[in-house]
Amino acid sequence: MGLANIRLERKQVASLGRRILNSVLFVLLGFAFSGIFIAALGFNPFTVYAKMISYSFLNLRGIRGSIMAGLPLMLCGLSVSAAFKMNLNNIGAEGQYAVGALMGGAFALYGPALPLPLRMAVMFLLCALGGALWAMIAAVLKAYWNVNETIITLMLNYIALLLMDYLCYGPWMAKRQTTPISEKIPQELYLPYLGNSGINAGIVIAVVLAVLLYLFFQYTTVGFQVQVNKYSLRSAQYAGINVRRNILIILGLSGAIAGLAGFVQITGVVHRVQAQLPGGSGYTGIVIAYLSQFHPLAVILVSILLGGLNNSCSAVQIMGVPSQIAAMIQGCIMIFVIAGEFFNRYRLVLKKPDTTAAGQAEAVESKGGVGL
Amino acid sequence: MTALITSVCAAAIVYAVSVLYAAVGEIFSQRAGIMNLGVEGVMLMGAVSGFLTAYYTNSKMLALLAAIVTGALLGLIYAFLTVTLQADQTVCGMAFLTFGSGLSGFIGKNVTGIASPVKFDKIALPLLSQIPFIGDVLFHQNLLVYLMYLIIPLSMFYIYRTRPGMILRSLGENPAALDTAGINVFALRYAYVIFGCSMIAVSGVCISLAYTNFWNEGMTGGKGWIAFSLVAFSEWNPTKAALGALLFGGISIVGMNMQIYLPGVPSQVYSALPYLATVAAFILSTGSFRKKHTEEPAALCCSYDRESR
Repeated sequence: MGLANIRLERKQVASLGRRILNSVLFVLLGFAFSGIFIAALGFNPFTVYAKMISYSFLNLRGIRGSIMAGLPLMLCGLSVSAAFKMNLNNIGAEGQYAVGALMGGAFALYGPALPLPLRMAVMFLLCALGGALWAMIAAVLKAYWNVNETIITLMLNYIALLLMDYLCYGPWMAKRQTTPISEKIPQELYLPYLGNSGINAGIVIAVVLAVLLYLFFQYTTVGFQVQVNKYSLRSAQYAGINVRRNILIILGLSGAIAGLAGFVQITGVVHRVQAQLPGGSGYTGIVIAYLSQFHPLAVILVSILLGGLNNSCSAVQIMGVPSQIAAMIQGCIMIFVIAGEFFNRYRLVLKKPDTTAAGQAEAVESKGGVGL
Repeated sequence: MTALITSVCAAAIVYAVSVLYAAVGEIFSQRAGIMNLGVEGVMLMGAVSGFLTAYYTNSKMLALLAAIVTGALLGLIYAFLTVTLQADQTVCGMAFLTFGSGLSGFIGKNVTGIASPVKFDKIALPLLSQIPFIGDVLFHQNLLVYLMYLIIPLSMFYIYRTRPGMILRSLGENPAALDTAGINVFALRYAYVIFGCSMIAVSGVCISLAYTNFWNEGMTGGKGWIAFSLVAFSEWNPTKAALGALLFGGISIVGMNMQIYLPGVPSQVYSALPYLATVAAFILSTGSFRKKHTEEPAALCCSYDRESR
């Protein structure tokens, strides 16, 4: 009889507060689950987590590092979220980031020395354009032939990274270098720092983009249409929404934002083009987008947290903990948050056993629940 | 020259088999209506669990078993998320991709780049391997390849010629009808997802203990995705998947060999060949310009929910 007393009831809409609380709870469960694997490798998960948190979030230098590491992640997260607003799975942020970096990098390294503001602007646009073009391949295939964008964007990641490898090991490789990196870009293209905060102006780009995206989905016609598309393709078609055009716009936009991750990383951090520049940011972007429930403003916050998580690996690497711990924790968290989603739709109810058959039937009818 | 052709063909088969386990597993899972986008992650987990077991126990059979169990556990989690909790299958797949690649890198860190003491070596089958050319290509292979020779006809028979196979096909087409007929949709979906994930994990073993005997983070290098796209390419049919896998295997191996004969072309071009081929195959097999009725299970990706029947 034990299990029969627990019932699931369908909820209508969970309040925002409940949903956030729910997410936080399941994120913590994700950490607990990762702890099992950390313990399995012979480390004390509490020590490991304490070190990681204190390294990334409990001092000014750590927080600064988390924000900087979160910057390309924000752009990738925004990119994935934007596409997902239309139910498009752009898992190609990694490749779009790479191609954006290559187009912008080509201009920075070999382009004409235009006057400064213009030069920066051209590089910015080229990075966005590179990402957009790469995403457009999948967008056109999706829009015209209904080819699933998931596989195409993913496969293009491998191809983009190979292209990057080729350039960085080959024609672009810096002289007297054995590592696959290009020469430095001209100093005037370096992103300035914001005062003496140690954080570069890239953060402004990310925050402005997040706000613009939020406004776009909230207040523009296309933004609204996109969300109609998401919930019902048929209604969208019936209402005469140009679905094809919207696919092109949204995936193009998504790719452009991912391409800008290349811009902030090249001009703000590495100051050159190098092989494997994205380093998994595109995939982390998927996790970020999901954890922030595709809300552009939440992406900013979650990115900083995951940026800090990525950074904090180096704090525990000294103890011998593999640096892959960050990716592992991300995976665990994502699985638990997905499981937690269920409890936004249902709640568990403990019921006193009602022995009469009529009582049970009534309970089922009135609550519309399922027994477990 | 003949020796070269023989070795290319034999290597193409090894490559093909390493994606084929995953493709067949995914076919079963998708036929049951559950799409697992996380093939790459599960494959990596299979590769690392198999490798670790082989490394510490010196037994390749235990390694195979460990991978199967790992796959089954992952399948259980996946089924719980997608069947019981009715979570979005695309999102779950991506979570498994992240989880599998992260966790495999984490637990495999200490054995990265170390050779395993055992691997699935080539065994020459008596008599059969004596046949000129064919013997060398087909019957001078490792155990996992021979198993695959059995799995393809068996799975074809199961899917198309048996009663459970018919139920499997209906499971992906119209689960509500099966439920009405008194068949436990949820239990069957669990079973097929678990079976699928175990097969995917065996693919990982093919890569870490047959194709090579090393473990490296992310060593599957997109093979999971190739397997995934093979499923649609093959119209959910194991024999066609085998042919497709041979095609991919051939393209990759020929690419690798061309690198030796045409060193002028950047090596990255050859490395990109399988990905380009996958993109091309995927467009050709799923593009809406195709008039043909596709075999895609109608209820693929739809959680079965009694309440909204």
